[in-house]
Amino acid sequence: MMNDVVQALQAKFGSAIREVIEFKGETTLLVETKSIVEICRALKDEHGFNYCADICGADRFTEEERFEVIYNLTNLDQHWRIRLKVRVDEENPVVSSVTSVWKAADWHERETYDMYGVRFEGHPDLRRMYMPEDFEYYPLRKDFPLIGVPGSIPLPDLDERAQNKNAAIRFNSGERI
Amino acid sequence: MPSLLDAKISNGGAIVTKVEDLLNWSRLSSLWPMSFGLACCAIEMMATNASNYDLERFGIFPRSSPRQSDLMIVAGTVTFKMAERVKRLYDQMSEPRYVLSMGSCANCGGPYWEHGYHVVKGVDRVIPVDVYVPGCPPRPEALIGGLMKIQELIREERLGLTRKEALQKIAAKSAPAEEVIIAAHPFNANVKSPATEKPKQEVEEVTA
Repeated sequence: MMNDVVQALQAKFGSAIREVIEFKGETTLLVETKSIVEICRALKDEHGFNYCADICGADRFTEEERFEVIYNLTNLDQHWRIRLKVRVDEENPVVSSVTSVWKAADWHERETYDMYGVRFEGHPDLRRMYMPEDFEYYPLRKDFPLIGVPGSIPLPDLDERAQNKNAAIRFNSGERI
Repeated sequence: MPSLLDAKISNGGAIVTKVEDLLNWSRLSSLWPMSFGLACCAIEMMATNASNYDLERFGIFPRSSPRQSDLMIVAGTVTFKMAERVKRLYDQMSEPRYVLSMGSCANCGGPYWEHGYHVVKGVDRVIPVDVYVPGCPPRPEALIGGLMKIQELIREERLGLTRKEALQKIAAKSAPAEEVIIAAHPFNANVKSPATEKPKQEVEEVTA
């Protein structure tokens, strides 16, 4: 079943499928970054992977191609699952957006952009998901400090009666508290 | 001072009380919290609202608009992005308003105290908090306890008395936590303090 899907993809895309990994019954394909949209389109239209369960990132710090974007796809009719991975380098982390294939990819890609700084070309609304819009860092990168960057996110205007406002004022001035 | 209902005249069906007491009683008996939750504490808050714990017997029913509510239950982790919204919602509530900080995250940052780039280390850095409920998350009983503290605070309010003074009055009334725990435990019914009993037992063990 899954072998047929992998063989069909290999026949169609050839060297764009860089690697096939089978582990504990899970199929993972490492594919070329350029052809991710075509492969996703083929998986959805020809093999029925109608549900984009998750898109996330990974930071392989100190590796050649630093960032990885991982697509977890599901065929809800056949109960098939497949995982796609693409890799991008640190200087120009750009991947084509798959929002044209699955609408659900919209927020997943925004989250990946927010946490890893991987930009998605052709995304309709690539804004930050969790962090404030003017935040300058990408918190899930390995070189981001665990306790954050002091002074990078100011607190909002304080209420005069807030008990702990002095701590907040010191925090806003860049002190680590 | 007898509370409002104790002061009922037995046969006549009339009540003699002060306007202040009447106002306080009516306000504390229909405390409307704002219906919003930030994290897993909100699940406990919903459970408290539901039929098992039934907050409506206290007249507490969540409202979906800050303009209709008297109480804000900050239930969960306050991130920096959310702190702005929490502050705005607090500003939209009309006076007199109360804030209950529920759970460790809202109290002080909780598990994100040391390693968390995104969490405000206590909602009291942004808005004034009246009652802190500890727990991760607090059980519904603890939340009800916190809400009853808010009711106690409202009961204490007088014309010309600031919120801070009312809070101090309540603090003066309540016993230290250790005494309460010892008094409540059945084995400690006759024990005044753990320090008097412990050395004796140790001596007996040594001689035997």
